[in-house]
Amino acid sequence: MIAEIGLAFLWLAGVLAGLQLIIGAIGLRTDRAEMMAGVRPIAMVQGILVGLSFWCLVAVFMQSDMSVKLVALNSHSAKPMLFKFAGTWGNHEGSMLLWVAVLGVSSGLIAAFERALKYRTHIATLAAQAAIALGFYGFLIFSSNPFERLNPVPLDGQGLNPLLQDPGLAFHPPTLYFGYVGISVAFSFAVGALIERDVGPAFARAMRPWVLGAWIFLTLGITAGSYWAYYELGWGGWWFWDPVENASLMPWLAATALLHSVAVLATRDGLRAWTVMLAVVAFSMSMVGTFLVRSGILTSVHSFAVDPTRGGFLLALLVLYIGGAMALFALRVGTVREGNQFDLMSREGALVINNLLLSVILSIVLVGTLYPLVTEAMGQKISIGAPYFNSAAGYPALLLVVIMIMGPVMRWRRDEFKAVMQRIALPLLATALMLLGLVLARPDVGILPFLGLLLAVGVGVGSFAPLWKRNLRRTPLFTYGMVIAHFGIALSLGGMASESGFIKEKLVAVNIGESNTVGPYTVKFLKIEPVAGPNWTAMEATLEARRGDGEPMILRPQARMFSNPVTPTNEAAIGTVLDGQLYLNIGEPTPDGRWQLRMWWKPYVTFIWLGGILVALGGFLSLIGRAVREKSARARKASPEPFASGDILV
Amino acid sequence: MKHIWLWLPLGLFVLFFAVVANGLINPADRVIMSTMIGKPAPQFSLPSAVDGLPGVGVANLRDGKPKLVNIFASWCIPCASEAPMLEQLAKQGIEIHGIAIRDRRQDLDRFLARYGNPYARIGADNDAKAQISFGSAGVPETFVVDGKGIIRYQIAGDINPSNVGDLLTALKAAK
Repeated sequence: MIAEIGLAFLWLAGVLAGLQLIIGAIGLRTDRAEMMAGVRPIAMVQGILVGLSFWCLVAVFMQSDMSVKLVALNSHSAKPMLFKFAGTWGNHEGSMLLWVAVLGVSSGLIAAFERALKYRTHIATLAAQAAIALGFYGFLIFSSNPFERLNPVPLDGQGLNPLLQDPGLAFHPPTLYFGYVGISVAFSFAVGALIERDVGPAFARAMRPWVLGAWIFLTLGITAGSYWAYYELGWGGWWFWDPVENASLMPWLAATALLHSVAVLATRDGLRAWTVMLAVVAFSMSMVGTFLVRSGILTSVHSFAVDPTRGGFLLALLVLYIGGAMALFALRVGTVREGNQFDLMSREGALVINNLLLSVILSIVLVGTLYPLVTEAMGQKISIGAPYFNSAAGYPALLLVVIMIMGPVMRWRRDEFKAVMQRIALPLLATALMLLGLVLARPDVGILPFLGLLLAVGVGVGSFAPLWKRNLRRTPLFTYGMVIAHFGIALSLGGMASESGFIKEKLVAVNIGESNTVGPYTVKFLKIEPVAGPNWTAMEATLEARRGDGEPMILRPQARMFSNPVTPTNEAAIGTVLDGQLYLNIGEPTPDGRWQLRMWWKPYVTFIWLGGILVALGGFLSLIGRAVREKSARARKASPEPFASGDILV
Repeated sequence: MKHIWLWLPLGLFVLFFAVVANGLINPADRVIMSTMIGKPAPQFSLPSAVDGLPGVGVANLRDGKPKLVNIFASWCIPCASEAPMLEQLAKQGIEIHGIAIRDRRQDLDRFLARYGNPYARIGADNDAKAQISFGSAGVPETFVVDGKGIIRYQIAGDINPSNVGDLLTALKAAK
């Protein structure tokens, strides 16, 4: 029964989205107030309905209702509750429903709470949102119905891929989806502004919280995904340049660029056309990402099923939205007046270079991800891996970091090179000291880790330069946000450089009682014994890691065997200390009764994810800071102008 | 003139569309079988790719024993996933010659330390010429070569529990 109700809600929400689009479009065209007045309530109801529909799917998963095909295929009654819950979106149909639910709910939120936009632009934005949602409703209902029943009902489900049975799954995909959807909101704003020829600071300020919010979620999603792959796949790496990883990185790069250009538009009314273009590009990247992942067109370790029908449907949506938006851009952006001008040697100039470099990196990743498809079309098969991405994207990324030291201390409109250099004297000094230290102590690191370490120190110190000689209590929250986010980048960069430069690894076959050293640790193999979990059995090794005369650390890696379906996995044991991680993996027994043990010492590897979290935190502070500033600005404005234009009809 | 540039993004998108639509309509048959099966292994001689192991040449394949030629790379993810299978094969006494494609010494060392080293020899194929002359289209691929140096069997893609049986049968037949 719940499944049918969920499907009914989905249909109703889809019909409402259609209505929202039609009356919004006609209302705008014919300038009929009574039609436009309907758009906002419809958007709110649509959001509620699609939210309820998703909740129904959660309910059938929680009850393990095996008569629902999706549950039978992807769940099992013996699964722990958390994974039944998370299993809702651990599959194609469920994850698409989550996508459209988040989209619908945020559409409802814009309808209810957005105040900064002009009324007509607001309605155009909601109509654009409805157009996006409509395609996904169609996709769900006609090609990926999550509520389909099975007859006869199977005794139990087929289980969930054991790699996905991890708390990480509960959070990773939804975070990315929140990010994708937030970008789609920014895109709708851009389309609305293009339709209404209303590209200016007000539009930028309305769009900014959504861009920031989406960017925070994408940052968290990528950070969490990277850590999840790191500890769950058991390969010890934190980034594989896999197509699916790239699919999440590309929207993040575009969103990062957009975030910085939107600041120029909101503060200085410059970069109008470019900002709109970036909003379109960011959305295109999240759609292309979804398409690449969901169509299975590229081979990936994430191995989703290849399905040409679904791929075709998604591609049609892509053509409609991206093609439509780019055509609209080409037709309309010529009529957008040029914004304010500025010198290259200025904050705007630095942000433009930031944008160009991010675009370069984005193109490198996009080309690398798609190139195998291009050559395949020409009858040649190739695989593009880390060597290409690291060497091609590494240097622009490092250059970007150099700009990051200078940009925040530059003045808007125009600045003097000498003055800027004086303001970053301290970070430059720190970099020079680090250079000296590195050359003296470690002449044997690769060039990328070497430059990475240098710049990490430079940015680490430089990120605090905007606070230099300022009244710390009167400095706005968003400035702190920027400082923390940039410091997070420095931390991440330092972690990456240190991990790739100074990693120690060892593969040994050990007997019980034997000791081996890796990095600063001596690891003693104490025992190995079978253990059992709710739906798996494993051989669990107990190892004692000791550093010098310090307290021993007990680590227990497992070689696990899941029962439904039968799949072997490795559960790494990770010992975290202040200056790095000890990563242990137990493998197969050797014929002479010893056990394979893989050990890594990864100095400061945790900084990678810690940095990611700080970046997201910086974004969050910035979001709050901007919201506070907007509110007080509105309160000041409200007195001479009693009604904001958006409020007249509600 | 300015307006032509504005259509550039759309143009690029059309290009993207053409590529992926083609990819969807002709779902690439990702397996290309070598035309070299049944023929003698090609002339090649590769220098050693890692310290401690000799390189590979066609002469090494004609010593009377059947063996596996595994084409791999440290930057290739499926190669890592087939590593345990190769290790088990090596443990059963099967001689495996590796051909490392476009690789670097330190990366290979790292790869072998991480995933195990089942190889008796590893040759460095830095321009993938030997790979192409074997008729191999990607990494990983594995060939069964009999004692006279004739290529008998090929697995395109990783060795896994579903195809290792066929591989062993082919090895037995090559004796």
